[in-house]
Amino acid sequence: MAAFDEKKEHPRSLTMCGHVGFESLPDQLVDRSIQQGFCFNILCVGETGIGKSTLINTLFNTNFEELESSHFCPCVRLRAQTYELQESNVRLKLTVVNTVGFGDQINKEESYQPIVDYIDDQFEAYLQEELKIKRALFNYHDSRIHVCLYFIAPTGHSLRTLDLLTMKSLDSKVNIIPLIAKADTISKSELQKFKMKLMSELVINGVQIYQFPTDDDTTAKINGAMNGHLPFAVVGSMDEIQVGNKMVKARQYPWGIVQVENENHCDFVKLREMLICTNMEDLREQTHARHYELYRRCKLEEMGFADVGPENKPLSLQETYEAKRHEFYGERQRKEEEMKQMFVQRVKEKEAILKEAERELQAKFEHLKRIHQEERMKLEEKRRMLEEESIAFSKKKATCDLFQSQTFMAAGSSIKKDKDRKKVDGTTVFCDCLSAKERVRLCVSPSRKDLD
Amino acid sequence: MEERQSPSPCSSRPSSPRTPPCEMFGSVGIEAVLDQLRIKAMKTGFEFNIMVVGQSGLGKSTMVNTLFKSKVWQSSVPNLELPMPQTLELHSVTHVIEEKGLKLKLTVTDTPGFGDQINNDKCWDPILSYINQQYEKYLQEELLITRQRHIPDTRVHCCVYFVPPTGHCLRPLDIEFLRRLCRTVNVVPVIARADSLTIEEREAFRSRIQQNLKTHCIDVYPQKCFDEDINDRLLNSKIREQIPFAVVGADREHLVNGRCVLGRKTKWGIIEVENMAHCEFLLLRDLLIRSHLQDLKDITHNVHYENYRVLRLNESHMLPRGPGWVNLAPASPGQLMSPGPGKVRKRANKDSREDEC
Repeated sequence: MAAFDEKKEHPRSLTMCGHVGFESLPDQLVDRSIQQGFCFNILCVGETGIGKSTLINTLFNTNFEELESSHFCPCVRLRAQTYELQESNVRLKLTVVNTVGFGDQINKEESYQPIVDYIDDQFEAYLQEELKIKRALFNYHDSRIHVCLYFIAPTGHSLRTLDLLTMKSLDSKVNIIPLIAKADTISKSELQKFKMKLMSELVINGVQIYQFPTDDDTTAKINGAMNGHLPFAVVGSMDEIQVGNKMVKARQYPWGIVQVENENHCDFVKLREMLICTNMEDLREQTHARHYELYRRCKLEEMGFADVGPENKPLSLQETYEAKRHEFYGERQRKEEEMKQMFVQRVKEKEAILKEAERELQAKFEHLKRIHQEERMKLEEKRRMLEEESIAFSKKKATCDLFQSQTFMAAGSSIKKDKDRKKVDGTTVFCDCLSAKERVRLCVSPSRKDLD
Repeated sequence: MEERQSPSPCSSRPSSPRTPPCEMFGSVGIEAVLDQLRIKAMKTGFEFNIMVVGQSGLGKSTMVNTLFKSKVWQSSVPNLELPMPQTLELHSVTHVIEEKGLKLKLTVTDTPGFGDQINNDKCWDPILSYINQQYEKYLQEELLITRQRHIPDTRVHCCVYFVPPTGHCLRPLDIEFLRRLCRTVNVVPVIARADSLTIEEREAFRSRIQQNLKTHCIDVYPQKCFDEDINDRLLNSKIREQIPFAVVGADREHLVNGRCVLGRKTKWGIIEVENMAHCEFLLLRDLLIRSHLQDLKDITHNVHYENYRVLRLNESHMLPRGPGWVNLAPASPGQLMSPGPGKVRKRANKDSREDEC
């Protein structure tokens, strides 16, 4: 029904004949930022006791609660602490991450890996939030590290291997500003040589440290000059010492007083100027636009996404994501099937085993029953025999008694008659002695009634 | 008007672990970050995209010219010579204007032919489609693996809707359009050609329109649910009382009392555009440019664009899966219409007036 037609013109400049009033736009932007508050995350890398916490205290003119770390940690850990600072109407959420135990181990091979992992974790968290469907990016507490202050020990010679390796592995992930710590232990001439040596070593080894931006007119000059002073030689102290008629932050030695904010003594003021007053916003932008994008690109490519498909046709993230999702679901389905089958099989096996056992038990039971039955029969048999015997015995006893009484009576009367009668009567004389035939004869003949 | 800004929604205090406030013993220089921000803003410049919608003859082009005090359109009456467009078309022009060292890239989209046909059914579809297309472009850029440092922002930040001065109430076309659009983009309704109404008629018309908007649950800019704190609420409720502004546009200058003012000359007098007693053009200009421009952009980015993104990313889940499943093609124009009522809600702190009435 309707077609729309966009005439895209090359944007041409327009002159206005009056005052429109949009020069208040930066103010609108600034007001919004004030409302939201600012976020700044600093990572301090350096060995224990080199002065990281003191420097942070001095930088922000506060005493953050930091406990002294011990030298005996088995591995490098990172400890992050967040503070809320407010200056006039600007609220700053400052997060300071300290490396605990860096350079203390005897075997330092794994020293820098925890740091790299921590930085990657923060990027990952942001990436996860960004990829969510329902996301809240404007509300998100940004924990990505904006700047890494690398504390180099003031040996006066050159970079140590550990420092070089750590900086090399961090330079593509975070903005590095190298500092020479405890600069009050180096004399001025040594310091110059040391700085040149350090910078040349960094350049030779291809370590990309943060360069203060020189593309904007207002800050180009000062940034350019500062770039030449890297690495900054810093001294930190929160103690106030009287110098002249002022109280200044300084470190007092028997041979003199090292003033922290004196440009002749150390580069602390330069560091504060560069880090906070001039380039804080640029550090945050570099972190987001360069380091985070690099991480994101690598991570997504690793996961298998690409901008251009196999035939050089532009592939949308969504298509790849959908394909992967489909694959994932298919995979999951398959696994579910597998597990189901395995489960069914196991159940069957178990059932079979149980059936087998049941059968065995049944057989045993039968067997036992049979044995029992047999025993019983045997016992029955024995009992019967015993009963028979006892009956037989009692019969014999009876006949024996009878015979005895008869013989007693026959002795008084005619013997012949008795003998005949005896023969005829068939009374048993002595059961055991008689043979079977005779016994039968005797039993056949009727027994006398009315014995005594 | 105060310079106090109405901030982006739901952003008052970023959610983060509870942190102890620290006392600083002296000034450190954190304030300087504001200047850094300013410098950065001046360098990158600003972008603003505005769309004007209304029937022909209501003075949209003149209004745009008056707002930016220049000939935004090459000819001040663009389609007198051409026949009336038979279908709705959208015309965009982009200009770079500079004031006091600050560059603003302004894109104005006009909609000739809106509401001019006999059957105006679904005349809002091309407009919605255009707006969603801009969101889509931005989304695609955002999803790239290698993305640009600064994604060009062509999303419509503000849509000014011209209500014809009938004096009665909102027409069905107006209501339908406003209902659909206020969910996708910031809409600022204005009463066009307000010089045909007297002051009393104007007030009556305004209150009837406000009633209509309330009845149909149309949430115009500044939306109530995005007010963060008491200051914003005060500021915005004053504005809300006066929406829709009664405006008159003019790009000719006349002499009044010795001053040169922009105005319309008629037989019975000169209507001064920048005179608050005559019309409320100044209020509109201040709202759009001087005080709420950043807020318009913020709400577009944080709310409308996010809503679109959620909808788009969820849509792909609704595709049927199975043996015939095919790769998701880039969204066809049919899919770019505004969602049906009740599907996607604004992300707001309070669940006020959620569902369609």
